[in-house]
Amino acid sequence: MSVIVKEAGRAISRADERAPISSLLKANLRKVFPDHWSFMLGEIALYSFIILLLTGVYLTIWFKPSMTEVVYNGSYAPLVGIKMSEAYASALDLSFDVRGGLLLRQIHHWAALFFMAAMVVHMFRIFFTGAFRKPRELNWVIGGSMFLIVLLEGFAGYSLPDDLLSGVGVRIVAGIIEAVPIVGTYLMFFIFGGQFPGNDFIPRLYTFHVLLVPGILLALIGLHLILIFYHKHTQYPGPGRSNTNVVGFPLFPVYVAKAGGFFFVVFGVTALMGGLVSINPIWAYGPYVPDQVTAGSQPDWYIGFLDGMLRAMPNWEWEDFLGRTWSWNIFIPGAVMPGILVGLLLAYPFIEAWVTGDKREHHLLERPRNNPTRTGIGVAAIVFYGILVINGANDLIAITFNLSINQLIWFTRIAIFIAPPLAFLATRRFCLGLQRRDREKLLHGRESGQILRLPHGEFIEIHTPISDDEKAVILSKEDYPVVAAPPATDENGVRTPGLRAKRWRARLSRAYFGDNIQKPTPAEIEAAAHHSHEEHDHEVEELHAGGKEVPAVLGPDSH
Amino acid sequence: MTSSSVRRHKATGLAVLLVGLLATGFGYAAVTGTAQASAPTANASQIEAGKKLYLEGCATCHGLAGQGSSDGPSLIGVGAAAVDFQVKTGRMPLAQPTNQAPRKAPVYNDEEIAALAAFVASLGAGPAIPTAEQVDTEDANLAEGGELFRTNCAQCHNFAGKGGALSYGKYAPSLMDATPTEIYEAMLTGPQNMPNFPDASLPEEEKKAIIKYIENLQQGDSPGGLALGSLGPVTEGVFIWTAGLGLLLAAAVWIGAKVR
Repeated sequence: MSVIVKEAGRAISRADERAPISSLLKANLRKVFPDHWSFMLGEIALYSFIILLLTGVYLTIWFKPSMTEVVYNGSYAPLVGIKMSEAYASALDLSFDVRGGLLLRQIHHWAALFFMAAMVVHMFRIFFTGAFRKPRELNWVIGGSMFLIVLLEGFAGYSLPDDLLSGVGVRIVAGIIEAVPIVGTYLMFFIFGGQFPGNDFIPRLYTFHVLLVPGILLALIGLHLILIFYHKHTQYPGPGRSNTNVVGFPLFPVYVAKAGGFFFVVFGVTALMGGLVSINPIWAYGPYVPDQVTAGSQPDWYIGFLDGMLRAMPNWEWEDFLGRTWSWNIFIPGAVMPGILVGLLLAYPFIEAWVTGDKREHHLLERPRNNPTRTGIGVAAIVFYGILVINGANDLIAITFNLSINQLIWFTRIAIFIAPPLAFLATRRFCLGLQRRDREKLLHGRESGQILRLPHGEFIEIHTPISDDEKAVILSKEDYPVVAAPPATDENGVRTPGLRAKRWRARLSRAYFGDNIQKPTPAEIEAAAHHSHEEHDHEVEELHAGGKEVPAVLGPDSH
Repeated sequence: MTSSSVRRHKATGLAVLLVGLLATGFGYAAVTGTAQASAPTANASQIEAGKKLYLEGCATCHGLAGQGSSDGPSLIGVGAAAVDFQVKTGRMPLAQPTNQAPRKAPVYNDEEIAALAAFVASLGAGPAIPTAEQVDTEDANLAEGGELFRTNCAQCHNFAGKGGALSYGKYAPSLMDATPTEIYEAMLTGPQNMPNFPDASLPEEEKKAIIKYIENLQQGDSPGGLALGSLGPVTEGVFIWTAGLGLLLAAAVWIGAKVR
């Protein structure tokens, strides 16, 4: 026995001399991570990616990315004898004639939907808690880029089987590329290798889907995780937590177990869905033929907002004096708007940092209520996106709820301009209200719901002081000073450089923080505590001292 | 006599009424006369019974002679197939004027529908109700039916025959409850917003193939599991954001819960 142990030890040390893993592990295994369920949203995305890699490898063994025309002769009777591309035929074979093929295909597709959904909710968490602030702006940009890349990757995967539904999607993409002014047609011919649909697109998309994008994603995910390690994980405010520490559990064994377990939960749920719930029934759509289309042709949910934008766009089209068509109806919703949206998404940390002029590092997360304007912007963005997604499904909504699709389009055209600002204002007000409530809680405690009638007839509500934990959370609020606009000229009459930008910044800063409720100072809290003791407690004590029952206590505890 | 005094003459109203009635009567007789000639197979007593039902239940909108009005189209030449389809699926008589007549429980029984069909067929030659042989799909080609379905039907009725929206609140209905005869009649007559597919453009064999494919769709086989309504990626997206992500978030909350 001891010989074995000795030999094993020797082998390990030999290996370690050549690849010094133990020192790396020693340094990182005890690394502390904070505990919160919302920190696991990104993990769902990571695990979905791993599931996608595993199942994807299995699918590549049988899928043939070829546009060669074949006659189907497999075991799905309603398509026997139909001419189709080899890509579609092999996807059918994969579904019906390869053991476990359909299950793996469905797990793969569900995992892709999970991947995107998890990235979105993870992004919500990062955004609403201000986790993207210095020093993590770069990681936000990496994450946002991954979101965009996975969106394209998902679209590629959805298109590969060359079924009727995805073919319609590819046709729309070809149309968007063609709508690029001046170079559109050339670009489209370049990408598709000639006229639509051509024989080149599916093989090219395959290389993009299984080689190029997964490679880039692996690299970006690696970088994303390394940066998380390097920056250390952010944490929610709470007792004993500060900007300079991390309160939590060590990576080994606690998070290795938790994260490892969670991986199996994610895999289990995805496999269950793959086994029980149909997704992308390509056999029902039939092979792609350019002159066929099905009602309810929709993309997967994450492309839905693009479809919704396209459906809402008025039909603006120019023809110039050279007879060229300027297809604004497709170019704006298909290319310009997505570009602007992605640009805003990636630039947001820098915009906010510029407005606040905040150069500090932030490792403590901000509660969404404490930055009402950011939270408002986030909710407005969600509403904007949501309206577009809903419009992307407007035909199904119309038939399900007996509405007119034309009315739905007009609803979208109007709501897209009105609803996000309303959502912004409402959210901002809501946050400010919560801030006032926090201030009230610190100064006077929580409303207990007990109404007390004093001997002289006055009614008061008894406030109970809040716990120290809650106090610590509320006190974590940072007060942002509003940046003031500099004077137009300095004392020597020299014009301030960059005056216009600075004025804009002052204006934005006021919009961001001008209405913020100031956190009470320790002196104010002290004074308030003193005050309430003197007034109410004194009187209550007096009543007790008088040997009388408290006259009337109404509230939840009184019955 | 000036023209205004003619208009105000005591007998003018009576005369106009007479002229109108005579014109309608003769017109009616002329129309029905020619129609009967072209539909010799219908028996006279059935047509008579159908006429009675027609005058009670249909004439308000379609006109006393089936000539149509501002409230309903002309029925001259629509044939027995159209009547059989519209009345048997409960679309006619219309309960209320809406974008489109929905499918509902039929108002008339089979005998009454046959009588109505015979009467309308007697108004002018049109497609007849398909025979049992015409909707027998035993020898039809299922895969060809699928191909034809995707080319001609799926764009409105959806790939799985679940129906789809058209403009201004109109829609292509779900085919899940349609019988082979109804499908055949719909293709022949093009009810409501549907184009019609006469035998010249879609021969009988092809109609049979399409019906066979729809029958296959109606069986609702879903090799992949729960079909989520066979409506495409929208319901899949709803599922992932509710059940799917809901389960994972619940698991995350459970795993991330503080140990106390």
